[in-house]
Amino acid sequence: MELNAVTIGFAVFTIFTLGGGFGVVTTRNLFQGTIWLMVSLFGVAGYFILLSAPFLAAVQILVYIGAIAILITFAVMLTRSVTRIKVRYIRLLPSFIGSLLVFLILLFGITVPIFGGQLPEAAPQTVASTRDLGAALVSEHGYVVPFMLASVLLTGAMIGAIFIARDEKA
Amino acid sequence: MVPLWMYLAVAAALFSLGVFGVLARRNAVAILMSVELMLNAVNINLVAFWRYSETGTDLLLNGYAFTAFVLIVAAAEAAVGLAIIITVYRNRRSVIPEEATALKG
Repeated sequence: MELNAVTIGFAVFTIFTLGGGFGVVTTRNLFQGTIWLMVSLFGVAGYFILLSAPFLAAVQILVYIGAIAILITFAVMLTRSVTRIKVRYIRLLPSFIGSLLVFLILLFGITVPIFGGQLPEAAPQTVASTRDLGAALVSEHGYVVPFMLASVLLTGAMIGAIFIARDEKA
Repeated sequence: MVPLWMYLAVAAALFSLGVFGVLARRNAVAILMSVELMLNAVNINLVAFWRYSETGTDLLLNGYAFTAFVLIVAAAEAAVGLAIIITVYRNRRSVIPEEATALKG
């Protein structure tokens, strides 16, 4: 594997993604955890750019870092007792062993085809423009039904979130 | 070009970090953040398989569009989940899931 811009970018985004994820699951202060989550999500957006999906990278930054991470920050601020929790973890050892086992099984399944199997090469012409995605989302041979269902789901989630979090006394 | 298995390995590591966070963290907000990590690992997998797959089919955008829908569902999940956490905190002054036992039989 030669050293070029793609591989260097891959290494940098790997550090961002996994380092941020490690920070999320280990940090004591949840404010810092939110910042680590933003770092990790930014790394994932970088992967999307490397995989020639720039629209998804933009959506990732807008929706995840712009909306969800801010939402989580608000939740951390509205539940201030979070920083007073003394014990960070429960069942630390079984969880660690379990997640390590999950990782090893996944890694086994991923790396076994390298030896002897035929490795897939990157398709050269799959760079789909945002125009293609937009056309597919509204074409009847594409994703128009899931698209409308997603709209209904978002509306329902928005109304539900307002209804659940509303203060009855106010 | 980075081979496919490296993307999958990173996604597997991120997913395992998320599994660990969901199982081990006590704080409900931290658990929700770990769920977001797992969803992102799945998204990496979807986009990577889309990029490295054959291009002979009619719909070339399956992975791309599926990732977009996962993003939508993740946004809905975060909104409703955080609303539930805030409501539980308002009623019980606690963000630890084990202490929300009002529905326990």
